[in-house]
Amino acid sequence: MAWQWFHRLGSPRWFYEKTTAWMPWLAALSIALLLTGAVWGLAFAPADFKQGNSYRIIYIHVPAAFLALAGYYIMAISGAVGLIWKMKLPFMVMKSAAPIGALLTFVSLVTGSIWGKPTWGTWWEWDARITSMLILFFLYLGMIALQQAFTHRDTSDKASAVLALVGMVNIPIIYKSVDWWNTLHQPATIKFTSKSTIDPSMLYPLLIMVIGFYAFYALVLLLNTRVEILRRESRTQWVSDLISATNKRA
Amino acid sequence: MADQYPAVSLWGGFIASFRRDMLIAARHKAELTNPLVFFLIAVTLIPLGVSPEKSVLALLAPGIVWVMALLATLLSLDGLFRSDYDDGSLEQMLISPQSLYFTVMAKVLVHWLVSGLPVTLLAPLLGLMLSLPGEGYLPLLASLALGTASMSLIGAVGAALTVSLRKGGLLLSLIVMPLYIPVLIFGASAVQSAVQGGAVGMQLAVLGAFLALAIVLAPIAALGALRISTNG
Repeated sequence: MAWQWFHRLGSPRWFYEKTTAWMPWLAALSIALLLTGAVWGLAFAPADFKQGNSYRIIYIHVPAAFLALAGYYIMAISGAVGLIWKMKLPFMVMKSAAPIGALLTFVSLVTGSIWGKPTWGTWWEWDARITSMLILFFLYLGMIALQQAFTHRDTSDKASAVLALVGMVNIPIIYKSVDWWNTLHQPATIKFTSKSTIDPSMLYPLLIMVIGFYAFYALVLLLNTRVEILRRESRTQWVSDLISATNKRA
Repeated sequence: MADQYPAVSLWGGFIASFRRDMLIAARHKAELTNPLVFFLIAVTLIPLGVSPEKSVLALLAPGIVWVMALLATLLSLDGLFRSDYDDGSLEQMLISPQSLYFTVMAKVLVHWLVSGLPVTLLAPLLGLMLSLPGEGYLPLLASLALGTASMSLIGAVGAALTVSLRKGGLLLSLIVMPLYIPVLIFGASAVQSAVQGGAVGMQLAVLGAFLALAIVLAPIAALGALRISTNG
């Protein structure tokens, strides 16, 4: 009984129908959180006494970076679930998660670069976190490239799941290596703004933005997955029923 | 059905596939020399493109030799399973009662012996051309020997994933290169540290740890990938 939900996850149709009801709620939640966090963070939170207003980009940068990394794990774990239990749905989630993750990594790189210009006086710095993010971006790009290379969908799913798992094992190693490499080469001119204490007045909007980004990520991932379900199941009866029902309503 | 055939031990299977692959490699000598020639030409481009100044080259030498060795290994990866896939012997290996782990290990070992090891042995010569200081040669040999072995193992996963694709070569590089970064960091750093008069034990130990981890995990991932590639 307790595992019934898991067995049902094997059915893309069940998932599609179940999530239809969630979508408006999730959309409302993520918009509300993102709006609150953005307005609070950008307009009402106090300016940093060292960096002035430029620090406010963290309200985008930090949540995007969080989700970029979490997204890889979500992708790899769904790939693993698909490989182990031979289910269709997790592969669809995995495929949908790759471009979102790549985009978030790109956003965090670009915002970091924009932040770096006024703070460090340079667009690009071979700092440990930037470099790790760049490598994560490469991992995502490799994943997307592999997914698109196969003509056979089953092979594509399984092969990219293996790659995602290999990447997942490697990410901690890559992060630690880059960290070590960076402390070795750390140029003296760059001083990190002390990470020690962030004032609650700045922290709360950041937390709201992080939760908002999670909600928004879930929303986009579900939307992408639902499109992928419709695309892959387009020959089945329930999808054509769904389309004719939608057409009738319109 | 299995009792119709004489039982082959794990070790016997490993030796048999090792000998077969060595024989194939020995009969395709041109394919062996290509990565080495690439290595040589690519390193030659650096003084031409950057500067022939000895002090500049000596500073860059550890990194350049390591990056070029990485690229040379990468280029030879595509052939790792390709011909076996094309002529169908890969499928025979997959359905054979032998442990596939050891078959993959034998293939990777042969790949390292014909690409990573020659690259390692050629590296001091290139270090000489780039006026690498004297303290760097031994760490260069040691770090490349450990590092190219790890790279052959990690690369085997990528080669297995892309073996069924007609134009897998470039894609293979794209998916494998990010995974090589830790090996490159510690390998180049070992040489750099030795040149500056520091200790290299830590870097070599980490490279050894990478190799140990890769020996355990990479063939498993590679054989999973081979199964996926062949039934697609």
